[in-house]
Amino acid sequence: MSEAVVNSNDTKIVVYTRAFLGLMQRDFRVLTREIVPFLIRIAMNPLLFLFVFTFVMPHMTGGSTLSPTAGMAAAGGGGFGTVLLPGLMAVAIMFSGIAAVALPLAQEFGVTREIDDRVMCPLPIGAVAIEKIVFSAIQSIFAAAVVFPLAYYIPSTPVLVHVSSWWFFIAVLVLASLLAGALGLTIGTFVQPKQIGLIFGVVIMPITFLGCVYYPWAALSPIKWLQNGVLINPIVYITEGLRAALTPTVGHMPDATILAMLLFFFVLLTLMGLRGFANRVLS
Amino acid sequence: MSESIVEILGLRKVYAGKNPVTAVDGIDLHVPSGLIYGLLGPNGAGKTTTISIATTRAIPTAGSVKIAGIDVVAHPALARCVIGVVPQYNTLDRSCTAFENIYFHCRYFGMAKQVAAQRTAQLLEQFRLSDRAAAYPQALSGGLAQRLQIARAIAHHPKVLFLDEPSAGLDPQSRIAMWDAVQALRGEGITVVLTTHYMEEADAICDRVAIIDHGKILIEDSPAALKASVGGDIIYDLRMRGVRDSGLLEKELATIEGVTRVEVIEGGLRVLARVQDGLLAKVVTTANEYGLRDVTTIEPSLETVFIRLTGRDLRE
Repeated sequence: MSEAVVNSNDTKIVVYTRAFLGLMQRDFRVLTREIVPFLIRIAMNPLLFLFVFTFVMPHMTGGSTLSPTAGMAAAGGGGFGTVLLPGLMAVAIMFSGIAAVALPLAQEFGVTREIDDRVMCPLPIGAVAIEKIVFSAIQSIFAAAVVFPLAYYIPSTPVLVHVSSWWFFIAVLVLASLLAGALGLTIGTFVQPKQIGLIFGVVIMPITFLGCVYYPWAALSPIKWLQNGVLINPIVYITEGLRAALTPTVGHMPDATILAMLLFFFVLLTLMGLRGFANRVLS
Repeated sequence: MSESIVEILGLRKVYAGKNPVTAVDGIDLHVPSGLIYGLLGPNGAGKTTTISIATTRAIPTAGSVKIAGIDVVAHPALARCVIGVVPQYNTLDRSCTAFENIYFHCRYFGMAKQVAAQRTAQLLEQFRLSDRAAAYPQALSGGLAQRLQIARAIAHHPKVLFLDEPSAGLDPQSRIAMWDAVQALRGEGITVVLTTHYMEEADAICDRVAIIDHGKILIEDSPAALKASVGGDIIYDLRMRGVRDSGLLEKELATIEGVTRVEVIEGGLRVLARVQDGLLAKVVTTANEYGLRDVTTIEPSLETVFIRLTGRDLRE
């Protein structure tokens, strides 16, 4: 039969690769059909944030006193926009991971069970979950790329961007995006589908506000317990990594520490996510 | 008998927990290639668990399942190449159209774009869904969605198609259309394994039937042979006004020629007998003196086989 699917001379890896690419193609098709909601989703948060904090407030009388980190950022060079650029990119990356993996999984594991056909494709179960992470990472990179021009052009004071090492920047961006996908997988498989609405309050808000998004980690030094406490938050390493790669004039953690911790959280969350995924689809 | 395409040996599945549940309790099954094979039993008998294990979605506690020679526990990803699955619930991809549901399924199984598109068009035609190609699953009726699920499940030319309770929730007309579609698969050389708790369904489309209850296979044969095995039994369920002297009535009924067995059931007695002219009249006359309220006749069917084997109705 000309259309026979599994030829005996196809190796396992060929069968798996084709299935993996098939899943990617399906996800791209679905995403492109919903491109407008996707763009709104990734652009709205940074757009409004930048507009209010780096454009509207500086124009107000005494606006700078309303922005608590302005003075600190100015001391390091650049305005609040310089602090916000990597922070908002980190939020975009993290949120894409949640929106691309955790939310769809909650639906697919819940009432509709529509993930079944994809789980039944000729791939090890873990690879189906890895595809989710990879596809989510691509969306995260795209989301981060959308934030960049917004954060560069909207602030009323110039944003100081300087990439000294493209390799470091790419490594941080890719690792951070994969980490966000793994976080989404872990949340999507561990949280009960009907409770998925709660994750905004219970997970997303705390890891964002305590993720060194709106202030650099070094600036927490007067509050030692908090500075040490936030180290368990993976978002901290995404923001600090982007800060080190893009806006090095603002103080940041050492490069090697950042990469090591990004890698550590990526592996940890991937293993947890894979386990949760297998628990959900196998009995 | 031709070679077995599905080989199940000593299959057991215990769901751990506070009160461990033994869903499958030592099943051996050999499904010959090219047949439509039914697992018939009441809800909770272990049919779905057996299918879940065979389709790589559950891990057995003991035993093995081989499909076309592939061990599904050791090589789940490869086993999925030779099986198609239609679960009990609608698992169509809501984000994709009817066409895309089949098309991407083909792509997962490695078909080139053009081949996948051709195969999709052909299946939509075969299952009379061409005019709904652009519809999303939410817009399809239960019967159409079920046909689309079957079309998708066989898109990659599996050797065995598993259908779990395929007529659950279908109206009678859709059910018959589904039966036709399943029977048409014989021509494509696909072996079908289906579960059902409708004996009419097993009787109408299955070549062989295994009756399963409490995780065990009670009997396995063709529907005709199964029905013959109970000796062309007919069952009369007698509903009585009171249960006084039921022991006496039981004895009296047992002496009637043709009656093979009398059992006490809730609210009356069950008489198993060989089909014979005038028997019903004798049974009714005898029982009338003891306060007979109502008689139900159950013709020889897979249901009488099941009742004979378990003492219970399939629906209980």
